[in-house]
Amino acid sequence: MTTSPSDPAARADLAVVGAGPAGLAAAVTAAALGLTVTLLDAGARPGGQYYRHPDPALGATRPQALHHDWAAFAGREAELRAYERSGRVRYLSERQVWSVTGSGTDWTLHSRTDEGAGAPVRARAVLLATGAYERQLPFPGWTLPGVVGAGGAQAMLKSGLVLPGRRVVVAGSGPLLLAVAASLAAAGARVPAVVEAGGYGPYARHTGTLLRNPAKLAEGALYGGALLRHQVRPLLRHAVVEAHGTDRVEAVTVARLDRDWRPVPGTARRIPCDALAVGHGLVPELSLATALGCATRTAADGTVALVLTPGLRTSVPGVWAAGETGGVGGARLALAEGEIAAHTIAGRAVPAALARRRARLRAFADAMGAAHRPGEGWTGWLREETAVCRCEEVPAGRVREAVEELGATDARTVKLLTRAGMGWCQGRMCGPAVAALAGGGPAPDRRPLACPVRLGQLAELPAD
Amino acid sequence: MSRRTPRDLVGGAPQETFTFRFDGRDIPAAAGQTVAAALWGAGVLAWRTTRHGGEPRGAFCGIGQCFDCLVTVDGTPNRRACLVPARPGGLVTSQEGTGHDDLAV
Repeated sequence: MTTSPSDPAARADLAVVGAGPAGLAAAVTAAALGLTVTLLDAGARPGGQYYRHPDPALGATRPQALHHDWAAFAGREAELRAYERSGRVRYLSERQVWSVTGSGTDWTLHSRTDEGAGAPVRARAVLLATGAYERQLPFPGWTLPGVVGAGGAQAMLKSGLVLPGRRVVVAGSGPLLLAVAASLAAAGARVPAVVEAGGYGPYARHTGTLLRNPAKLAEGALYGGALLRHQVRPLLRHAVVEAHGTDRVEAVTVARLDRDWRPVPGTARRIPCDALAVGHGLVPELSLATALGCATRTAADGTVALVLTPGLRTSVPGVWAAGETGGVGGARLALAEGEIAAHTIAGRAVPAALARRRARLRAFADAMGAAHRPGEGWTGWLREETAVCRCEEVPAGRVREAVEELGATDARTVKLLTRAGMGWCQGRMCGPAVAALAGGGPAPDRRPLACPVRLGQLAELPAD
Repeated sequence: MSRRTPRDLVGGAPQETFTFRFDGRDIPAAAGQTVAAALWGAGVLAWRTTRHGGEPRGAFCGIGQCFDCLVTVDGTPNRRACLVPARPGGLVTSQEGTGHDDLAV
């Protein structure tokens, strides 16, 4: 396998989509194993959403203050820059891949920049490390300004050094909430409560898995300590069931939930705030993978993830995946999987310690996913007029009408009947909610294009 | 309540600060910030109204996935404010509906 890495038209040994923990680790490991690599990423700087950090022009001298395990990123970024200088890795930032075509050992990646088309990238193997976005469950008032994604608040803080408000309730489910609350508080926001709909009780059923992941326990203790210090009140088995305000959020109503996430009558109380950061875990971003036909499965957290071999091959020969695309599991797991994928793509044996680390972290991710998986009763806090699809402004009542009166049994049929999921975000925000209301369970999203593309760019594609 | 700011937390200072124009007012911004970040920094949480209900919206997902933060920048509608860098002297205007009302579609 020899190519001239300096020639952009040449076929690289490997094209990696995404420069987050998985893609970055894969690119530098593959380069170390002798492969030529093209790394494409939508962001301006490597790191993905987890290691998102301010533009150098913002002059942050301590970006690590907003991060956990920053050294793991900094080391790999230094390696990336070194391989870039030596020509082993071609790193293309601000290049969003919208389609991958080809088969076997001949792939073409079509991408766009802010200005227009990026030159096609050719490679013998493809690694999809496209990460995830936040899972949202609607509730009355969730479209009010000041209600923002928990991950969204974290992203805006990490990259733009800004807060959505001064008094921010953090709510939803999953351990990301702890990190978000700790970051917001450290950056000067008052966080009156972290509202967790799931619980940490179910973790107790996985004592062995917990004990094999001391670093994860330490991370949890770190956030717990930070929240105590900042006087953040944890409310377990509770949810924000309504946000109040006219022009922006002024307060939220919090209620206790039963085991199935149904609000318990008589437990509602109001918490004043000027922002709400909310999210219910993450959804793997599989647009490129499902367009290629990669097989999927339902993960422990109820999301759709890719079916992968221990060597991180997808069901499509020549296409690998790592990190959240194989099931949400966090940055450490993504780093390990990136390295594993690089080994198998290079035709090398996977080091046993690496395989063990992956197995241990995957087991933890499964326990975590099960503990925070949304219960069926959450739909009880929707009102008929509550918007479910934010883009097309489709209320819950219309979705229910499609299901109960028109016979829809899956999200796709609901979309055809109501336009829910047909707008700009292509169902990324309302997809999990619509699937739950349709009762058909989550199905893999099918999006022929992974991001908006200009018609002219499609017209330029070769006819084959 | 803490007086600390995100900028204090990460240390340092921006290389360049400037303003851009948003609906007739000057919004302070720093080089390296997006339009959405500068607006949040100025306490502005909404800069779009929806096509059907006319409801106010601003940044939600913060990473370019949700399209709630669409805004008109220098005359071009439907830019994602969470991805577009703030520019000195830029002209940002709230967007009503599709941003193409002039086309009467």
